[in-house]
Amino acid sequence: MAELQFAAPETVNQAIKILGGAKGKGRILAGGTDLLVQMRSGRIDPGFIVDIKNIPELTEIKKEKNGFRVGAAVSGARLGEHKSVKKKWPGVVEALELIGSTQIQGRASLGGNLCNGSPAADSVPAMIAAGAICKIAGPKGRRTAKVEDIVTGPGKTSLKKGEFIISFLLPEKPKKSSEAYLRLIPRTEMDIAVVGAGVSLTLDSQGICTKARVALGAVAPKPVLVEEAGLILVGSKLDPDTLEKMASACRAACNPIDDMRGTVEYRTKVAGVLATRATKIAAERVRSGR
Amino acid sequence: MSKQHVTMTVNGDPVEVLCRADQTLLDCLRDEMGLTGTKEGCSTGDCGACSVTVDGRLICACLMLGVEAEGRKIETIEGIGESEELHPVQRHFLEEAALQCGICTPGFIVAAKNLLEKNPNPTEEEARYWLAGNLCRCTGYDKIIKAVLKAAEEMRG
Amino acid sequence: MTLQNGNGHNGNGHNGNGASNGYKYVGTRPVRPDGVDKVTGRANFGADISLNGMIYGSVVRSPHAHAKIKKINFDKALKLKGVKAVISGKDFPTLKPSDKLPGVAPLSFYDMSRNVIARDKVLYDGHAIAAVAATTQAIADKAAKLIDVEYKILKPVMTAADAMKEKAPVLHDDLFTEGVDPTPKKASNIAKRTELKLGDPEVAMQSADFIVEGDYSTETVHQGYIEPHACAANFAQDGSVSIWASSQGAFMIRAYTARLCGMSTSKIKVIPAEIGGGFGGKTTIYLEPLALMLAKSSGRPVKMTMSRTEVMRATGPTSGGTAHVKIGAKKDGTLVAGTLELKYEAGAFPGSPVALGCMTGFAPYDLKDVACLGWDVVVNRPKAAAYRAPGAPVAAYAVESAMDELAHKLGIDPLTLRRKNSAKEGTKAVYGVEFDRIGNEDCLQAAQKTKHYNTPLGENQGRGVASGFWFNIGGTSSAEVMINEDGTVIVATGSPDIGGSRASMALMAAEVLGVDVSRIKPLVADTESVPYSDLTGGSRVTFATGKAVIDAAEDAIKDMKRRAAKVWKVDFDQVDWENGSAICIENDEIKPMSVADIAQIAGKTGGAISGKANINVTKGAGPGFGTHICDVEVDPETGRVTVLRYTAIQDVGTAIHPSYVEGQLQGGAAQGIGWALNEEYVYSKEGNLLNTGFLDYRVPVASDLPMIDTVLVEVPNAGHPFGVRGVGETPIVPPLGAVANAVSNAIGKRMTSLPMSPAKILQKIDAG
Repeated sequence: MAELQFAAPETVNQAIKILGGAKGKGRILAGGTDLLVQMRSGRIDPGFIVDIKNIPELTEIKKEKNGFRVGAAVSGARLGEHKSVKKKWPGVVEALELIGSTQIQGRASLGGNLCNGSPAADSVPAMIAAGAICKIAGPKGRRTAKVEDIVTGPGKTSLKKGEFIISFLLPEKPKKSSEAYLRLIPRTEMDIAVVGAGVSLTLDSQGICTKARVALGAVAPKPVLVEEAGLILVGSKLDPDTLEKMASACRAACNPIDDMRGTVEYRTKVAGVLATRATKIAAERVRSGR
Repeated sequence: MSKQHVTMTVNGDPVEVLCRADQTLLDCLRDEMGLTGTKEGCSTGDCGACSVTVDGRLICACLMLGVEAEGRKIETIEGIGESEELHPVQRHFLEEAALQCGICTPGFIVAAKNLLEKNPNPTEEEARYWLAGNLCRCTGYDKIIKAVLKAAEEMRG
Repeated sequence: MTLQNGNGHNGNGHNGNGASNGYKYVGTRPVRPDGVDKVTGRANFGADISLNGMIYGSVVRSPHAHAKIKKINFDKALKLKGVKAVISGKDFPTLKPSDKLPGVAPLSFYDMSRNVIARDKVLYDGHAIAAVAATTQAIADKAAKLIDVEYKILKPVMTAADAMKEKAPVLHDDLFTEGVDPTPKKASNIAKRTELKLGDPEVAMQSADFIVEGDYSTETVHQGYIEPHACAANFAQDGSVSIWASSQGAFMIRAYTARLCGMSTSKIKVIPAEIGGGFGGKTTIYLEPLALMLAKSSGRPVKMTMSRTEVMRATGPTSGGTAHVKIGAKKDGTLVAGTLELKYEAGAFPGSPVALGCMTGFAPYDLKDVACLGWDVVVNRPKAAAYRAPGAPVAAYAVESAMDELAHKLGIDPLTLRRKNSAKEGTKAVYGVEFDRIGNEDCLQAAQKTKHYNTPLGENQGRGVASGFWFNIGGTSSAEVMINEDGTVIVATGSPDIGGSRASMALMAAEVLGVDVSRIKPLVADTESVPYSDLTGGSRVTFATGKAVIDAAEDAIKDMKRRAAKVWKVDFDQVDWENGSAICIENDEIKPMSVADIAQIAGKTGGAISGKANINVTKGAGPGFGTHICDVEVDPETGRVTVLRYTAIQDVGTAIHPSYVEGQLQGGAAQGIGWALNEEYVYSKEGNLLNTGFLDYRVPVASDLPMIDTVLVEVPNAGHPFGVRGVGETPIVPPLGAVANAVSNAIGKRMTSLPMSPAKILQKIDAG
């Protein structure tokens, strides 16, 4: 049994090189809030840990012409303190901030939350709803991908060998847009989502929905974009009938499991409830300009 | 390479330590530096007994590798309070009887002090949510929250 | 009786300012003597011990819930560099079924030994099979993984209902149901049947105008102390052993470890570390015999620390169980009869607290015709350990739910119904005891008067009340009061301080001696520095050890009076003790001598001054009654519960340090709320524990709870010089019922199964 090795490269290229040399035994360390737990439990046994937090690109938050770019290793606490991002992407920020405790917030990142591949990851449905785009680096260069295309199943991603996520683009929103993320947990904090729902909306001056994306977590093997739910909202004033139709579309998109955190029946039911509530919150945020 | 040389600042003092890549910061503090005030309750980031700050940011020492601490400033319970005088959070914990067994207390004090540095006037709700990652099984949190709010009041002057 | 509204309304008393109860120190709220060490990280808990040349232990645990051990192979582990010792069940003496201590909660060393380390069979996921010691924890853990165990897997049985079935897999082929006549010839999983009866409930039930009847179920829950079990052991060449450990009783560890390792008590010294929570879960041993044997085998001190996962899989918990309750009443609310049948899961070895459930369930009520039947059933789960008022919460949950239902049926206020039927002085409980003056009725009355109870509720909200009872015990305690040269005082006891008892000891000693509490230093001594004391449990320490401290302080006073008499050249009976000084009764020209004055002349008057007391308190531990009020709001679309408001009212006797008394009420309430709403052991079909950490074993976090208001009803206990009554356990008895009643009232349907997860509640709401 070889001893675990560790490196903290300062550039993306160095990181790619180290990962390449680790012969498939390399693991990226961002906040470590999942990685260290999995190592401790014996679920994974990496040979080489590559800490990416010393690479500037992975820890920056900066405005670009198409939106904001958030480094994959930016912690929840830092993103939460960023006023402009929080104002424009309240759903993404509140979702990331829901993960774990204050202590976890000091470390947990969007990149880690996504690449851990959990169907219940809080920030992922919110990022999907927001239409976030990943920038990925790997031995064959850089590429981009939609967030909804990354997770392929529990603990599995579409990232190829040696690839890792550098940053996320939160694309600029039209005026009168907002978003929200809600999750159901038995306690008030510290739990994994039993169900999560992220909604991103744009309304026109009459309050008619012109654009909507709805995504759900913990109701399928991976976080899901419920395109139909978004389509139902478009063209409506988000009246109760429309919301109920949207909720049934969400329930129809559910393909959950029974486990100790929730049952199939419960998850399906609550997915509709949370999607409705998140839609109302997002709409209220548009109206109030918050 | 079995152990890596790591240089960090712990409670204001420069510290050099050798640690294996799989050792957590908590292991380094407790086993390599003898700083046993930081406690281990779960080793999965769910109890907060190992709360410390790294460059002013509150974290669980069990969820950070020791080797990641290179160049960082760590503050632990041992660094809180002057030699002659307790920090107001510590003093109010005593006055309010905010501890019974005391195992969670160091973590709570580190976390509460960090809260008051960022938010000198927290509401009860804000204090409860900030401290939701610190488990206490003895007190029901009532006296802990009161101690934190009283310390905040005193520190605001 | 006096009432104290808790939560600091009394202000924080300062040393010697005097309490409102006529005492100078008792009832004040000084800073605890061990406080500074605990807020600065200096206090040493179990895992903080470091010994010269120390190595580390790791335990091999069963991945199967039920299996025969065919073979253990240490070869690979022993080849690993740094490994110093390996042990298995073969290294321990074989005990016999007759190796036990009788009593209400009998203690079988035969079972304990097989629980600490399995012999031929593993009986639950996490059962210890072997242990290894190595130079680092990492090597020890790696070595543990290299120990090969061959199993023959057997079918597990996980619930009492399944285990009681005729064809259930049998855990122990030498277990024959006790309490059944004649004793069965066929082994089964039913360890014991307990029946208690007063009058003839079946006949009396026929006179009822209303009957409520129901089935209730609960799951296994864990004590959830934040400090995992930890110890260190040293084995010297002369065969003497030192053990450092955090536990609820250093003498308990010494006695049990000696028994399991086949050693003489005099060879083992136990040094108590600070204890990071126990709630009953640290009243037995797990690691200590393993550390001792590893130390013996390796010749090095061995430290062992459990991970949280090990704590969850292999320690604690308390029994899950089912209850069938039936209560009959007249139209006016007078109870005519009650019956209760309890089935508790003992875990892998007999000894669930079901008998205690039978004894306590109906205790708050004056019932002439009552019967309780209990079944102690073994299942493939960890052996149940004590948990705060063991056995009582589940029984009370069923009875208090039925009482709530009855109140609704009768259209009577639920507290009024309880008051109408409350047990009082002279009431005979089902377990045969006739109560002295108790505060049951006082608590109900106080509850009815709270602002909380009289505040209206909003939409989707519900209020629940419930009462609870716990015996409280006395037992064997020792104390020594030593007067230092400068007149300061050391108070040594053998009772580990689990929640502030040092402060109570100091206050009681201060009151008796008349010395300021700041001049008194209480300490928890090791097993060779103070005579034997029973463990910290049964809410006995402030009562019984407190009594020993009072006696020892009085003994020291006697000694000091003797010294004064000698100096004054008067008869001993001419000397009295007043306000911390010896005074001469007949000659007031003689200047009184303070403790400090007498301490100064100790050498000239006969040497060092001390007092001691070794007592066994068999009577007078006043029982504890309490009533809780809980308000919740239920989200009708998700079934999620928010606890809005909570008040715990309890007869606490005289509160020695009211802050820590309030703390007991608040902590017990919080644990009970967790039990009611979220906490449970979840097992796979194969019998593997799925939630082995605090992520999915959901104890309440700070944001889950409101402030927990307390009302301290102080009915002094006549059995104690200051009126002390045990307070620690009663507070966990009412919450299950109080929360369940609140939720049931919020949704308009009765919740009969704990924990009340959002899914369970929503299902109930949607059931139409």
